[in-house]
Amino acid sequence: MGEHIVIIGNGIAGITCARYLRKLNHQTQITVVGGETEHFFSRTALMYVYMGHMKFEHTKPYEDWFWKKNNINLVFDWVTKIDTESNQLALKNSTKLNYDKLVLATGSKPNKFGWPGENLHGVQGLYSVQDLELMEKNTANIKKAVVVGGGLIGVEMAEMLHSRGIKVDYLIREDNFWGNVLPKVDGDFIANHLKNDHEINLHFNTELEFIGGDSKQNVTSVFTSHGNEIKCDFVGLTVGVSPNIELVKQTKIETKLGVLVNKKFETNIENIYAIGDCAEFTNPVKGRKPIEQVWYTGRIMGETLAKILCGKNVEYNPGPWFNSAKFFDIEYQTYGVVPNKLEPNQNEFIWKDEKNRRLIHLVFEQETEKFLGINSFGIRLRHEIFDAWLTKGKTINYCLAHFEDANFDPEFYKAFSYDFVDAFNKKFGKSIKVKRKSWLRILNPLAS
Amino acid sequence: MKHLKTIGLVLFLLGLITFVSSLFVGSFSIKQSELNTLLNENEKQNLLESFQTEIADKNFASAFEFTNKITSVFSAKNEELKTLQQWDKVMWNSPQEFALPIVKSAAQGSIKNNKTFWLLITIGLCCFGGLIFILPDLNLYKTKGVKNENVFKSSIKSQGIVGIITGAFLISFYILLYWFPSYIVSWVLIVDPISELLSGNPASQWFLYGLLYTLIMLVMGIRMLIKYRGNKYQIFRTISVMFFQTAFAFLIPEILVRLNQPYMDFKNIWPLDYDFFFQWNLDQLIASGGIGIFMLVWGILLFAIAVPVFTYFYGKRWYCSWVCGCGGLAETMGDPFRQLSNKTLKAWKIERISIHSVLVFAVLMTIATLYSYFSGEYQILGVETSSIQKTYGFLIGSAFAGVVGTGFYPLMGNRMWCRFGCPLAGYIGIIQKFKSKFRITTNGGQCISCGNCSTYCEMGIDVRWYAQRGQNIVRSSCVGCGVCSAVCPRGVLKLENGSEIKRVNDNPILIGDKNIQVIHETF
Repeated sequence: MGEHIVIIGNGIAGITCARYLRKLNHQTQITVVGGETEHFFSRTALMYVYMGHMKFEHTKPYEDWFWKKNNINLVFDWVTKIDTESNQLALKNSTKLNYDKLVLATGSKPNKFGWPGENLHGVQGLYSVQDLELMEKNTANIKKAVVVGGGLIGVEMAEMLHSRGIKVDYLIREDNFWGNVLPKVDGDFIANHLKNDHEINLHFNTELEFIGGDSKQNVTSVFTSHGNEIKCDFVGLTVGVSPNIELVKQTKIETKLGVLVNKKFETNIENIYAIGDCAEFTNPVKGRKPIEQVWYTGRIMGETLAKILCGKNVEYNPGPWFNSAKFFDIEYQTYGVVPNKLEPNQNEFIWKDEKNRRLIHLVFEQETEKFLGINSFGIRLRHEIFDAWLTKGKTINYCLAHFEDANFDPEFYKAFSYDFVDAFNKKFGKSIKVKRKSWLRILNPLAS
Repeated sequence: MKHLKTIGLVLFLLGLITFVSSLFVGSFSIKQSELNTLLNENEKQNLLESFQTEIADKNFASAFEFTNKITSVFSAKNEELKTLQQWDKVMWNSPQEFALPIVKSAAQGSIKNNKTFWLLITIGLCCFGGLIFILPDLNLYKTKGVKNENVFKSSIKSQGIVGIITGAFLISFYILLYWFPSYIVSWVLIVDPISELLSGNPASQWFLYGLLYTLIMLVMGIRMLIKYRGNKYQIFRTISVMFFQTAFAFLIPEILVRLNQPYMDFKNIWPLDYDFFFQWNLDQLIASGGIGIFMLVWGILLFAIAVPVFTYFYGKRWYCSWVCGCGGLAETMGDPFRQLSNKTLKAWKIERISIHSVLVFAVLMTIATLYSYFSGEYQILGVETSSIQKTYGFLIGSAFAGVVGTGFYPLMGNRMWCRFGCPLAGYIGIIQKFKSKFRITTNGGQCISCGNCSTYCEMGIDVRWYAQRGQNIVRSSCVGCGVCSAVCPRGVLKLENGSEIKRVNDNPILIGDKNIQVIHETF
């Protein structure tokens, strides 16, 4: 019997780590402890369960027999205490668990900022399956809801509520949607879609003051920083998430906002590691944030840590940044860095097609014309191509000329690159010609 | 708009109720002279005597009663012949099949006299109501995104009670159509005017089926066009299946009959078209001169050349989700049920055994058929060729393709036949798997494992399994409907015909971790 690795948390980071551990090593004893659900599910899909696209069963990426077959031991329970001296975990419902190595993958929890009324019935965040069940109850037969927080979970919640015919007032602190990430043009583009196509009532530059309730402790309205009262039967608090580290705070493991780790995910205590949403890098990878709370980064961290635990000499080394989302009907993909405000040495090109709900936002270096990043709305792009272009430091000219290689829209869709490269040429006095898609280049993106 | 939808639904249901009730309308009696002609045509002279005493000029209250009488007289006579050991006179065909034309000409009453009126208040009303139910979606959903809201909250779409009733209704329809056609004589009568208009002949139960099939595909095709109107691939594909059904499967064969040519659906390919090489078909084609020979060569070229060539360039989809009638019905009428297919590994294992067994069965049956055709022997290895054909026709042609294939839409998804039974799909699938440019490309590391793709895969492919590990999807069963790509919220999937190189990647990498990128480059 090999060493016993225990992972706390059966989300994407913890489960990916467990799966790769098993792939790389057949001896290790692997246990994953999770109290939220018995089996791994896709958190990003919870909204679809609420909207009736799927049943909860469908959100499970692996059939239930998968874990036993791969000899990954699942413990459906909550950890109540970590004893770093005796390498032991106390569980809520079962006996204690000893570990040789411990991986913390405890994820996040929704933020609350101590607003008066935030604990009334009908006020909640959305993160866990339990939150979803609560939301199901809280929104049964209601007419009006308020969502607070202009980020990804907020817009998801707005879409969920809207799908049930509930009228949504959406409070956003910044002056544009997802303002801490998206440039204003992009944020406004999404905001217009929400407003015009889906009748979401957006309130920019508006913060939540307090939440009013009735004698039965049910929410009745919210009061905004502008002194307005908005009547409602439900309040969704989606003002970000923070690392879920209550459990770790009682121990000697060092924490700040999250569990502090180096690039090998090592905490200050030997044999204890942290990955995913709950980890905070003391010395982050260049250009990246110390805490990354994204599905993809959780997955990459899980994979990397599995290698480290199997003796490979690697550290967290994510490639160019990428992310994606969907805002009601508009798909969003991003590759590289598109800052919400341009840096002094950067330039940008924006092409917008309001009618077809498409927008391309490119950022490049002013002097060298090196391509830095793209936000794409309503046009699908090939990840591998952009990853190669960013890795190789291609120029904006090169990227635009070869844009059709990167087009990932379904067949028969119009190729928009001819339009926006035209616009780019006019704006910057260039004469870039779009080349036809080449399978040779697509299959060997790093070659040219 | 929502009210309009409700009105549409009510009209549709009224049409449906009238349609079903019509089976109980009218009485039946047949004149002696008419009976004589019909029995003559059917070469059933030996029944004449008992039919004259027991059936002619008598009045029967319903098609059921009348049919039962015919079958009992038929069986009694047959028993008698068997007892007398007059084997040359014993009748071998099904009394049900033989009863239909007699029951049809015996029909009296409202339907017989007002066929067009009945056509309008049954099938016509259903189509009209259906369209009134479907069209408001254009206005209700202003944006073009695919809306799968509340699919799993709808009883009919999630195996609820309405779904089970619908399934039971469809299954009953197929059982009546295949084995008790004379019970549904009212329906056959109703569509007479259209049949006469097209081919000049009165309708058979098969004309009824073809007409209903086409109308359902057209109405539900419009639904499909509205639902996926933001997606050009879906629009083209849907128009394509609507066209091939209407023109190739329905109109052209009827017109051929009108021109005294053999009936032929030019897009139906052996071995799906399992009786293509049956003696009666070959004889008929050869006897029809030039056009018959053309049809024969065309049919052979389709499966021998067109299938491998088109499948190499475009994958299975060129047929299964763009041309095929079974596929066309599944994609239109079946679209509301696509999420019900079973995605488990176990189902996949059963599927592989099942579909390839049917393919082997079809090939062996055809070998036996051709052997008998050329050698003149009735048997092959001690088994009668005709009994192999009958067994195949009953088990696969009728029970599997019809009753299970369509009847099970609301119970187990819309591609039961295509996935577990269709021998042509099995054959095309082998080519798609091993020699084709088609694949569903997975977009690097963008998958969030949400499961929309797998849920809405009608073929029960666990698309997510591949997508979340960055692997292209190359599966023999994939019909290339493109819905996985359409419902993906993150732009992860793309159907494309690309280079064969790197089409299959058995050791996929997920983009994002530069530690593996290095290994990838040398690979």
